[in-house]
Amino acid sequence: MADPMRIRAQAAGDKATVRVLMSHEMESGQRKDAAGKLVPAWFIQDVEAKHNGKSVMTAEWGPAVSKNPFLQFTVKGAKAGDKIAVTWKDNKGETRTDEATVS
Amino acid sequence: MKMKKAVLLASLASFMTMPASAQKTAIEAIEEYRAMLQDGNPADLFEAKGEDLWKTARGPKNVTLEKCNLGKGPGVVKGAFVELPRYFADTNRVQDTESRLLTCMETLQGFNAAEIAKIPFGRGEQSNVTALATWIAAESKGMKFKLSQDHVQEKTMFEVGKRLFFARGGSHDFSCSSCHGEDGKRIRLQDLPNLTKNPGAGNGFGAWPAYRVSNGQMWGMQLRLNDCYRQQRFPYPVFGSDATIALGVYMGVNGLGGESIAPAIKR
Repeated sequence: MADPMRIRAQAAGDKATVRVLMSHEMESGQRKDAAGKLVPAWFIQDVEAKHNGKSVMTAEWGPAVSKNPFLQFTVKGAKAGDKIAVTWKDNKGETRTDEATVS
Repeated sequence: MKMKKAVLLASLASFMTMPASAQKTAIEAIEEYRAMLQDGNPADLFEAKGEDLWKTARGPKNVTLEKCNLGKGPGVVKGAFVELPRYFADTNRVQDTESRLLTCMETLQGFNAAEIAKIPFGRGEQSNVTALATWIAAESKGMKFKLSQDHVQEKTMFEVGKRLFFARGGSHDFSCSSCHGEDGKRIRLQDLPNLTKNPGAGNGFGAWPAYRVSNGQMWGMQLRLNDCYRQQRFPYPVFGSDATIALGVYMGVNGLGGESIAPAIKR
């Protein structure tokens, strides 16, 4: 199973800043291994963020995103105690969801 | 004629100052880039993995590392990193974080330390050692280095480290001090800390384990030194060898009082 994400969400005024660190290889499919064989592409394709269960952001990612990607965004109207859940799904169909509480 | 000369001088002067100012902004830009990266340092991920590994029962004996003595008593992690490398009575040698972890993995968990030391960096149990070292370092983040020099072996290791640091050799007649013995040196755009005194020694020694953005790898001090020797065209030092630990003692003692910022983030 994939390693957990690190999600930090901090409220300031009427919005909250969410910072997400994902653990993923993000293999572009362009690299070759020591034997000269192409390393198959393996990257996060879909990202979705939910605020108290309601989808607030979706993103489509490609192989150009770096290894262990960092994502930051702001959620309008999120206050302390709210739940922010982030889900990613990669091109192998593997998925991971983690949740954090806004502080 | 006089006018023309003055103009020429003025233009010359402006031309000469240009590279200096361009260089400064480049370094400033890199500093800014690093500051931005600091916020989402993927070392956090390795730190979490290391903490998990510490508390998970593993190895042939299926026990955790929670009884591991890093120098401050069994299971005490906080503050251990800033006192390493140090002398350990049970092994009768000076050990750094990574070599001490190997000892614990062997004595407590039943792993074969010599076998783990042979695994290439970043693979199998080696990547676990790095993650553990990352977590141990993070537990002492912000604390100041206070390596002991009380034991005779610790003093000997400092002297050995100093000699290794200045020892020139290899096809390029290189030494550690070629790059890290003076202030204000750099490789391309990377500032090189002067490891013979503070603040360089504390900053340099206290930054590893660090996450390398350029290759997405987590590097412990052992790999850092291994790569320094590669760049010097020396043979690779053995993982956890006395030579690498001696260099650790030399840098750590030079960096006494410096703040540990590990796990840091590097280009």
